Amino acid sequence: MIVIVTLVVALMLSAAVSALFFKDLLSAVIASCLVSLFASILFLFLQAPDVAMAEASIGAALITAVFMIALRRTKRYEE
Amino acid sequence: MKSVFSLILLVVLGAGVVFTLSSIPFGSTSSDVGEYYIDSGRADTGATNIVTSVVVGYRAFDTLGEVTVLFVAAIGLGAILAAGRENEEKKKAEWEPASLVLYTGCRFLFPLILLFGAYVFIHGHLTPGGGFQGGAVIASAFLMVYLGCRKKRISRTWARNTESISGLVFVVTGLTGLAVGGHYFLSNFLPEGTLNTLFSAGIIPIIYIAIGLKVGSELTGVIDDLIEESE
Repeated sequence: MIVIVTLVVALMLSAAVSALFFKDLLSAVIASCLVSLFASILFLFLQAPDVAMAEASIGAALITAVFMIALRRTKRYEE
Repeated sequence: MKSVFSLILLVVLGAGVVFTLSSIPFGSTSSDVGEYYIDSGRADTGATNIVTSVVVGYRAFDTLGEVTVLFVAAIGLGAILAAGRENEEKKKAEWEPASLVLYTGCRFLFPLILLFGAYVFIHGHLTPGGGFQGGAVIASAFLMVYLGCRKKRISRTWARNTESISGLVFVVTGLTGLAVGGHYFLSNFLPEGTLNTLFSAGIIPIIYIAIGLKVGSELTGVIDDLIEESE
């Protein structure tokens, strides 16, 4: 159990750090979507299925869509 | 100079976080209210899901405030985008039609996701989840249709009417509780029924269905506004 949780936390941290360093903003948005996804898995392990459901639908789906719509209006690559 | 200053700031902040966290006794509580909810949540509200018994039972008035915050945010977004739209020359971007696989997949998945969202908020008092989660799931189903089927759009008036009616249902249920049931807003006036069945927990299912429809139509409206703006 603790191994799986550690793995999920490590994946979440690496996704968060890579979201900071991507020059391609679309990749950064996908990486921040992954952070939400791993966070929702973590909430499930912490026995909070209510929060996991909210995190998966709002954090991973809707927020990513909002960021992508914003990217359509601006530039995709960071200078 | 700048980096030295930010390093000092970082050290000060880190020390503050460490000192604050070390003085919090984790794993013990200073109030009994959490224990009370866990012990008597079922008996008081008739909801099996303790989270629901807090969110829509004990703290239903806070939930009304939360719904209002979301409502104001959606209205504000719609107003800002509508104000920008008047001045701007509307240019229609040519959408590339979606491939057959994507189109068919979206059409196949859409009712299933909608069904899941409805299940989540109708069973909010029995299983994990509730109005907010179910509404967000429903909105993500509409988002998928917008992305996959391209041409399909929801009717604005339909979404707005659903939102208004479900908001009214919430407030009217609360006022009826005030008038009939007890001495406070949103008090339960319906029979609690048998524990663990669909028709139980008094007004909680009604309120959660109203919240689910309201959040779902609101978030769908937000997505509709944003996608129309991005075209």
